[in-house]
Amino acid sequence: MSWLKSIASSAAVAAALAGAAMTVSVANAEDTIKVGVLHSLSGTMAISETTLKDTILFMIDEQNKKGGVLGKKLEAVVVDPASNWPLFAEKARELIQKDKVAVVFGCWTSVSRKSVLPVFKELNSILFYPVQYEGEESERNVFYTGAAPNQQAIPAVDYLMSKDGGEVKRWVLAGTDYVYPRTTNKILEAYLKAKGVAPEDIMINYTPFGHSDWQSIVADIKKFGSAGKKTAVVSTINGDANVPFYKELGNQGIKATDIPVVAFSVGEEELAGLDAKPLVGHLAAWNYFESIKNPANSEFIKKWQEYTKNPKRTTNDPMEASVIGFSAWVKAVEKAGTTDPDKVIDTLPGIETPNLTGGIAKVLPNHHITKPVFIGEIKADGQFDVVWKTKDLVPGAAWSAYLEGSKDLVADWVTLKCGNYNSVTKKCGG
Amino acid sequence: MLKSIAAAIRRLSLTIVAIVAVTIVQPVLAADIDGTIQLLTTDGYSDTIEAIGQLSTSGHPRALAIVQALSDGKLQFSDSAKKVYIDTGAGLVDAATGDAVATPPADVSDVRQNNRVRGVVQAALGALSLFNPDPQKRREAAEAVFKSRDENALPAIDASLAKETVPEVATALKIARAAIVLFKSDAAEADRVVAAQAIQVAGTQDAVALLRSLPADAPKTVVNTAQASAKTIENNLALWSTAQNAWYGLSLGSVLLLAAIGLAITFGVMGIINMAHGEMVMLGAYVTFMVQEVIRNHFPSLFDLSLPIAIPLAFIVSGLVGVAIERTVIRWLYGRPLDTLLATWGISLALQQLVRTTFGANNREVGSPSWMSGSFQLGQLSITWGRMWIIVFALVVFAGLILILKKTPLGLQMRAVTQNRSMASAMGIPTPWIDALTFGLGCGIAGIAGVALSQIDNVSPNLGQGYIIDSFMVVVFGGVGNLWGTLVGAMTLGIVNKFLEPVAGAVLGKILVLVAIILFIQKRPRGLFALKGRAVEA
Repeated sequence: MSWLKSIASSAAVAAALAGAAMTVSVANAEDTIKVGVLHSLSGTMAISETTLKDTILFMIDEQNKKGGVLGKKLEAVVVDPASNWPLFAEKARELIQKDKVAVVFGCWTSVSRKSVLPVFKELNSILFYPVQYEGEESERNVFYTGAAPNQQAIPAVDYLMSKDGGEVKRWVLAGTDYVYPRTTNKILEAYLKAKGVAPEDIMINYTPFGHSDWQSIVADIKKFGSAGKKTAVVSTINGDANVPFYKELGNQGIKATDIPVVAFSVGEEELAGLDAKPLVGHLAAWNYFESIKNPANSEFIKKWQEYTKNPKRTTNDPMEASVIGFSAWVKAVEKAGTTDPDKVIDTLPGIETPNLTGGIAKVLPNHHITKPVFIGEIKADGQFDVVWKTKDLVPGAAWSAYLEGSKDLVADWVTLKCGNYNSVTKKCGG
Repeated sequence: MLKSIAAAIRRLSLTIVAIVAVTIVQPVLAADIDGTIQLLTTDGYSDTIEAIGQLSTSGHPRALAIVQALSDGKLQFSDSAKKVYIDTGAGLVDAATGDAVATPPADVSDVRQNNRVRGVVQAALGALSLFNPDPQKRREAAEAVFKSRDENALPAIDASLAKETVPEVATALKIARAAIVLFKSDAAEADRVVAAQAIQVAGTQDAVALLRSLPADAPKTVVNTAQASAKTIENNLALWSTAQNAWYGLSLGSVLLLAAIGLAITFGVMGIINMAHGEMVMLGAYVTFMVQEVIRNHFPSLFDLSLPIAIPLAFIVSGLVGVAIERTVIRWLYGRPLDTLLATWGISLALQQLVRTTFGANNREVGSPSWMSGSFQLGQLSITWGRMWIIVFALVVFAGLILILKKTPLGLQMRAVTQNRSMASAMGIPTPWIDALTFGLGCGIAGIAGVALSQIDNVSPNLGQGYIIDSFMVVVFGGVGNLWGTLVGAMTLGIVNKFLEPVAGAVLGKILVLVAIILFIQKRPRGLFALKGRAVEA
């Protein structure tokens, strides 16, 4: 009977060969997987977003050197939404419908994310969002690889309350007037009050985008800080307005040892454009710093600087989040064996991929990831010196446990299949 | 006999004890700083703080040098050699001995600091440099002690106070002494009350903070006196804060004036709605950046002159761009304000993107020359040199522009053309060229404004956008076609803004100002200083 077996096996081989030939021909017809990049390359947000576009292109390049994904090369489709929120939605539609991309990496501001959400839902595609944000959201089509408030703001406040942070008793919450600072400050205010901080020890201040004359506000902060209690500023001031803010702090002689400022949107990229000496000692809370010594990080920085042909090119937190998002997507596609959005979305929770600081980023059922939290002090060369970090990885929470109306909500796309399941009313929908 | 033997033995034993003591004490002193040095090599913040505490009370001759090096970020350590070094710039010296190190170990790295360490370093440095020959240094030392209230510094303060001859330093020392006594829980109650009153002399926000932070378990009389002192200082400061707001207002006003004054020419005098005005300001800022780059790389000694050099260059660059825009685009659109608005809006976007692709989207660093850094004290007002020079500069530019318009032939022709074009043309004035030059002048002045604004704002492609709305607001409010109106308008808006900001917040303040201007324009459509005459009616 052995001849029968051998016939059968050779037939199987022949069939397999034929099948392979067919897939090859199919692959030739459509031999790339398209990846959409939706970051502003012009307008106000270009300062931050251009780097993320380069990061995704760099990751695609690296992946293609390794042979691509599922035997196909990746191909980037880059569009420019020009810092114009409605244009984000238009360009997202164009990417998904016209270019037929398998996945989109993009957006920076929360308003741009909110503007593309309906498009991703309607056309059922995947968005990886790589920036720290205000939380209070979990969508089936979006994966949030940046920090949720419990992965940045809350640990930063905890640090300032600790002995090493100066045992701060009085708080200035200063922010630019838009959704991210307003929501973050609402959460922080609730958290501080829960920790026993009196309402008169919290000062909240909002300024317009690009505010450049900080004289009277800094004088106010100085006055607020002279009530005899250790005071700190928690800054959600948007990137560009930070430079004049810090300059004014220096002008009025407020040192980091008097009133430290901990910022959530000041990174290596922002410091690259200014003299960091007056800022020494002020803090930033992130999930990644370029200065963190780690083999994975050193190798990434080396390759990145080779790719950009700029030996001084810095790296930053949203870049790391982009890298994590990209590797998680590649792993999920390989595991699922397809780029079909439904299958990839179902495969992604549970995927683990190493981050650049020696830990593991795990995609959670609420579409956020686990992250370490670092507090860094600004050094004179514009880099950060990590002075504190969380012991364990912190899982991202979509809904804050400190806000009324949000603390009962649960996001779980694996078992509950819902982004805002109310654990009290037992209903999906908030 | 026995007695004398006993006495001799006692004497001997005393000597032995003394000798032993001396021999022990000697190495103990040396070992002390050795132990301190060891603490600095552990790379832990608490150990570093411990080490600084030991150094400041050790009386060791190298203590000041080590703490100073730490404060300057020049202190380094080697874990393998268990030694600490000071980086002199020319090479390393051993921190404990001051000897040069020929071959430093491979694992030398900075002694790390956080804010807690920095605070302790400043306090220790204060206590250690109370006897510095430089009075300025002694004053800073006294202020550091005032902040740290380190009881160990009290003898040093007293010693220093006894021989202090400079009155200001003596006052600072007295205040520092009072601060220590006030917080010294074992000091006599009467002394602490006197101290609480003495601090009132300082009159600063810091003094209020200090008086307010007195622990609640202090004697009641002391707490009450401290509170009363704080109250007195605060009342005094409230008066100063009005002056401070007025000053901030003038400062903001001068920035508005600088940004708007070029527009007062192109929009006010010529009637062109130039949306690319902000980009002319931005170009001026980038010229400053480039001038500084060249100076940094080739003539570092000229850095303090970078702004005076940049001013004419910025004027020329922005002016030429302005003339080019007028000749190629605007001259075809005279009398069609809507088309001009759209065309210049397009030009503004194009210029922004051009700069973004040439220089990158990131902010560029423009440094401040030494004469624009730092601040000086006027009573309780702290006035920064940078802001001060910008006010002066804005007024000088304004005066210069008035002179050009009123006293030069070009100014005469400009006014003639804008007031009555056909008549001016009939008198032989080449009106098209005067148009181009006037527009160029307005843009050039915007470029000069960019030089000044590079000192206080981000030099990025978006720089101009932040000023365009404010500029139009100033010109419209002040009165179209009137330079004095622009001056008064800018200063008024600046001051109103700064008095509103502490009360209403920055966002609401801006909205209120905008609403007020809209209402004002309803009442007086031509602004504060309206032009009168036939030209206006035409």
